[in-house]
This record gives sequence, structure tokens and C-alpha cells, in this order.
Amino acid sequence: MPITAFGQSPNRMRPQQGDQLVFDEGDRIGELIGFDMLELEQQPLSALAKDPDTETIRDGSRLNRVMIMKLDEEKLNSRFQVNAAEGIVAYSAVCTHTGCDVINWDEGLLRMACPCHESQFDVYDGAKNVGGPAPRPLAMLPLEIVDGIVTVAGAFKGRVGFTQDF
Amino acid sequence: MLNHTCRFILAGFFCSWCLSTVAQSLPPYNPVTDERLQNPEETNWLMYRGSYDSHGYSTLDEINIDNVEDLVPVWTFSTGLREGHQAPPIVNDGYMYVSTPQNHIIAIDARTGDMIWRYVRFLPDDLQQMHPTNRGVALYGDRVYLATVDAYLVSLDALTGDVIWEVAVEDYYNGYYMTMAPLIADGKVMVGVSGGELGIRGFVAAFDVITGEPAWKTYTIPAPGEPGSESWPGDTWETGGVPVWLTGSYDPEFNVAYWGTGNGGPWMGDTRPGDNLYATSTIALDVSTGELKAHHQYHWNDSWDWDEVSAPLLIDYQRQGETVKGMVHPGRNGYLWFLEREENQINFVEANPYVYQDVFTSLDPVTGRPEYDMSKKPGTGFEASFCPSLWGGKDWPPAAFNPVSRLLFIPANDNVCSTMEGEEVQFRPGRPFMGRAPSENGGFFVRPGTGHIGELQAWNVDTGEKAWTTTFGSQNWGPVLATAGDLVFMGGTNDRYFRAFDASSGEILWQQRTNSGITGVPVTYSLDGKQYIAVQSGWGVDAQREQNLLNLVKGENHYVPQGGVIWVFALPD
Repeated sequence: MPITAFGQSPNRMRPQQGDQLVFDEGDRIGELIGFDMLELEQQPLSALAKDPDTETIRDGSRLNRVMIMKLDEEKLNSRFQVNAAEGIVAYSAVCTHTGCDVINWDEGLLRMACPCHESQFDVYDGAKNVGGPAPRPLAMLPLEIVDGIVTVAGAFKGRVGFTQDF
Repeated sequence: MLNHTCRFILAGFFCSWCLSTVAQSLPPYNPVTDERLQNPEETNWLMYRGSYDSHGYSTLDEINIDNVEDLVPVWTFSTGLREGHQAPPIVNDGYMYVSTPQNHIIAIDARTGDMIWRYVRFLPDDLQQMHPTNRGVALYGDRVYLATVDAYLVSLDALTGDVIWEVAVEDYYNGYYMTMAPLIADGKVMVGVSGGELGIRGFVAAFDVITGEPAWKTYTIPAPGEPGSESWPGDTWETGGVPVWLTGSYDPEFNVAYWGTGNGGPWMGDTRPGDNLYATSTIALDVSTGELKAHHQYHWNDSWDWDEVSAPLLIDYQRQGETVKGMVHPGRNGYLWFLEREENQINFVEANPYVYQDVFTSLDPVTGRPEYDMSKKPGTGFEASFCPSLWGGKDWPPAAFNPVSRLLFIPANDNVCSTMEGEEVQFRPGRPFMGRAPSENGGFFVRPGTGHIGELQAWNVDTGEKAWTTTFGSQNWGPVLATAGDLVFMGGTNDRYFRAFDASSGEILWQQRTNSGITGVPVTYSLDGKQYIAVQSGWGVDAQREQNLLNLVKGENHYVPQGGVIWVFALPD
């Protein structure tokens, strides 16, 4: 029997390479996300990773949650294109300021925004912090398309969540 | 829900440093008793507002209007932390206890500024902090009590910082957290919970002050069948918010604590049609049993995020030649409320706006229940603008009262307003449950034709009339201290000043620029016959958030540096 470290039950583990992404809210909650299900530059959607072998949805930690959206590949900062798939990107939903859910969307400026303290993140520039108190970009989850499904290509790039000062 | 667990602390969950050489030079610790809490010495500052009546007033007068211009810093102490440093330094015969964001407690020799010990709470990495702050510790016996942002109540040894016990008050993962200073009375330590934006069901809970055993828990939203439950449709009561996130006032005669409650959730009132008792109210809880003995709801079916969490000041005032055993509350809804308290009842006396308010069209002369201009009440899919803004005429920073001059001092914000529209929101435990649609500039705007925002107001409680107003271009997030030196102390503005005002006129008599903006509660105490003023400087939380929006609205980039420092002032020897 495999040994699972304390605190690392499968649903708590961060998204793993090969996991598939599923919708985390709305009418399609739990449904696999196909690469053609997202529209360009529309409001990011909350998503979670799912282990295709065990069907485990990694919903055991709020640090696992990502916001997924489709962007114009040519406009995406080239540094981050390696983490995108067909223009689809996924950023951590957890603000780097004090850990709130970054669920707001400025459709004019194409920025993710935090409802707690107004931090803003440029989705075309690796979720760089461009307004408010957040000190760092949101972590980015590398993606690939496998059999038409948005799939995790590697571990988060960058630290998920906020850092205590002390 | 977690089971209440009272346990000795596991190694690694916290740490504290104890500097024994400093402790050895300190006087013996003077245990805090019920008698001392009911009649605190003027030399100390034993609780959040200095006394149970929440006056925020000291009879010390060595520092006064004739010499305050000579006030100088005596020592400072950098906390090493960012965000909102809002807690008052709590002082007991030379021992000072200061809590900070991220739930540190720093114990300091109040004479010298030397650290005695430091408690550092290692918070869970998946915690979200909508309000990264703490508003103070409580003292009892030889213990210090802290309510934590991961929803624990912690009891520590006042001399060493060692944790004696801690109790899980609720599960932070479901959106519960705490920022208030606990209230200790009648052998209980009482706390309320934050999380109104995260789909909680608010409550006040009491624990045995010695053992930490749960004593009672009273929800701010009645369950089906309980009185008031008819004001919540369907299952909205389960996730309706109504947090309690500021320390209550306490009346030893009635053995009743008066707590302010927050707004209902989601924010739009049309998601929970009804009055939504006991949201946006003052509730009176029997400290022995937790029984809800009385309430007054300031406004019904809130749609403006106007929490009324500030506890009312317990003030006996004059009306029509009679003394009213009263309560006074400068509401976030922009009205100054005068109430009467009886053992099992709270009566409305009068209320009038103290800032520009365009929502209420009238108040019932008997009950005080307001009628609304419904065009000013946002709803789901219905955008409305209203004044004051969602931060209200006065947010959390406490007012103060001088019982000699009879003046109430209100840290107010005028001329700022909000535009909001609701959107449907799905409940998920611990996730944002506000149901507010994003809007340009955060829906924040300055009322055209106005010239200032921040105010310090003085009101005579016996006449109900305003005595004076001092204005600031900046927003004001400054808690207030009043002293018998005919002074009022307050920071709160974005220019980083801490100020002393002539309490009779509002004139600024002294000011000191500090490291950051001041949203800390100022206190005063004396040692060896010398009076000190202490306050934390450390901008953050909603003061910072409002600054972000003001920058957007005004096209400016005004910067207020963060980082906490404890400042202590005195007159030169």
C-alpha cells in the first residue's frame, strides 16, 4: 500500500502533472473543461484539478483552486507562453496579499481583481501585480491540451498564496 | 463545525521569545481582578476602550492644552509587520501588551520599550485574511487573551508568553475569523466572529476565563422557530452573516454586554427579504447565560454593507430635564443614535444624521425604524448610488466621550458615496458570499462640489447638538482618545500625522509625523507619576483600500507606507 504523507491526502495535493481541469462552479461544476469551451478574453472561471486515474477532485485545499481563461496567444507575454495551451492560461485564485479569492474581473483592462483589497493582476503578463497591495504575481499553473481536455503540464510556477511577514 | 477543543499547545504551533533579563528588572505583576476591570485605575489601560462603558477616556491631565505642544517621543518599537496595526497598547502597571496583524503579541516594559516576550502565531497557509489586523488583547488574572484570525481563542501567561490553553471557536476554513479584543466579565471571556462576507452565521461565544471551557454561544441570526426567525426567509439564516467583530460594552449593574452586529449576507437585501434580525443592531446579552435580553435594529434589510458593529457607548445623558440611562451610537448608516437601556429593553430616543445621508426619508418617532428612498437601495440587477459610502459615516474606529465636558468625539467621513449593483452568488463554504457586481472605481465616488472627506466631530450629548467639526482633505480612519487634559488624540489621515486637538474647539495643538498612517487605538497611562500617550502607526486594511479607490477616482497615486511601529510620547522631564 502506498504511503501518503500526513496532510497529503489526494484531494489536498496541489495539481499534479497529468491532472485534468474541471469546472468548480456554476451549472457545469465537476465537468471536464475542453479546450474549445472557453471564449476569448471572457471572465475567468474557477477550476480544480482532477486525477483522471482515481477521479479524485483536488478540492481539499483552497490553495488548489485556479482561475482559467482563454487569451490571445500573440498578445501573451512570451515569457509565459510556455505555460499556456491554445491560449488558455490558469492562475492561482489565491491573492498574494492576504490570501483572498481573486474572483473579480475588469473586462475593460483585462485584469483579474481581488474583492478584498483591490489588488489587480495583468492576465497577459503572467498575472503581474499592477494595482493594489499585492506584492507578487499570482502563481501560474502550466497547461497542455490532451485529447481535447485542458490538462495540467506541471507544478505551479511561483508561490501560491501569501507570505507572512515574520 | 469543529468540536470545541481546549488543549495544551503542541510544540511548533507557536513560538515566543522571553527575555529573562528584562523580566527580572520589572516589578511584580499586578493580577487583573474583576474589581480592577470594573474600576480601572487611571494609571493603566486595562481593556480595549479603557473601561467597560467604552468611553475611551482618561482622567489623566498632566498632558493638557497648555503643554501638549511640548510632547515628544519617548521610545518606539518596530513590529516588523505590515498591514493594519489597530490594537491599543494594553498597559498594566508597567507591562504593555500590543497585538499586531498576523496575531503576534509583543510584551514590553512600558518604561523603557524593552521587549519582554513575543508570541508569534504560525497561521495556516490556506487562510484568507479579508481584514488582516487585530484590535487588541484582554487581561485577567496573570493571563493575556487573544482572539485569532484563524478563529482560536488563546490564553497566555502574562509574564512569559507561554500558551496556557487555546480553544477553537470555529473553523476558519468555513470563513470564520476574529479580529476583536476579547471582553472579560463575570468569569467569562467573550468573543464574536468576523466573516460576514464569507457566508458565516454570526455569534458571540463565552468561555470560562480560567479553564477555557465553553460557557454559552448566542447566534446573531435566530434559527427557525426562535423569535425573529420570521425575518429570514427559507434557509437564508444559515449563511446570513451578521458578524460581531468589535468588542462589546458591559454594564455590571445589569450584567449585560452590548454588542454591535454587522450586515446580512449576501449584501443585497433582496436575497433575504425581511428585517433580518438581529443584523445591523445592538444586542444585549446576559453575560451569565448568553440570553438575548433586548435589541435595537438601526436599519432593516441592509443593502449597503453598513455594519453597525461598533458597540454603543454607555452614557447617561439629559433629555427634557431628565437623566436617561442611555447608549449613544454614531452609526455607520450616518445617523447618531441616542437610545435608552433598561434591564430587559432598549428604547429609541432620537437620531439625526451626522454626515450627508440620502437613504433614510424618515424615522418612526417611537421606534426609530427608518423608511427608505428605495431608489437608493441596491439590489440584484439593480444599481443604486447612496451616501455615505459602504464604509459609512463612521466605520470601526471608536468614538470617545468626555464625561466632564459632555462631548462625544466622532471620527467621521463625509461626502464619499458608493454605487453598487448585486449579482447572483452561489454559496460555497468559506468563499466570498457578497453578491456584489464589480463596478468602475470600486463603485466609489466623491460627492460633487464638496471639499473634504475626513472629520473629527464633537457633539454635546445633553443637547444633542454638534459643538464643532475639524475637517481633513484625507479620509479619516483614526480611533479617538479623550483625556481630562481637555485633549483629544487621533491619527487616521493619509499624511501619517498623529494629532492632539483642543477638545473645546477642535483646534490642532500638536502633531507628530510618523512612519505610516495611524489606524491604531490611542491610549494613555502613567508610570511613576508621569503620563504617557501610546499608539500604533501602521496603515492597512480598509484605510488602504479606500486610498486605492481615492487614487483611482482622483487620478492620483498617493502612497502611504506600511509597517508597524509602536510610539510612546510624554512631556520632557
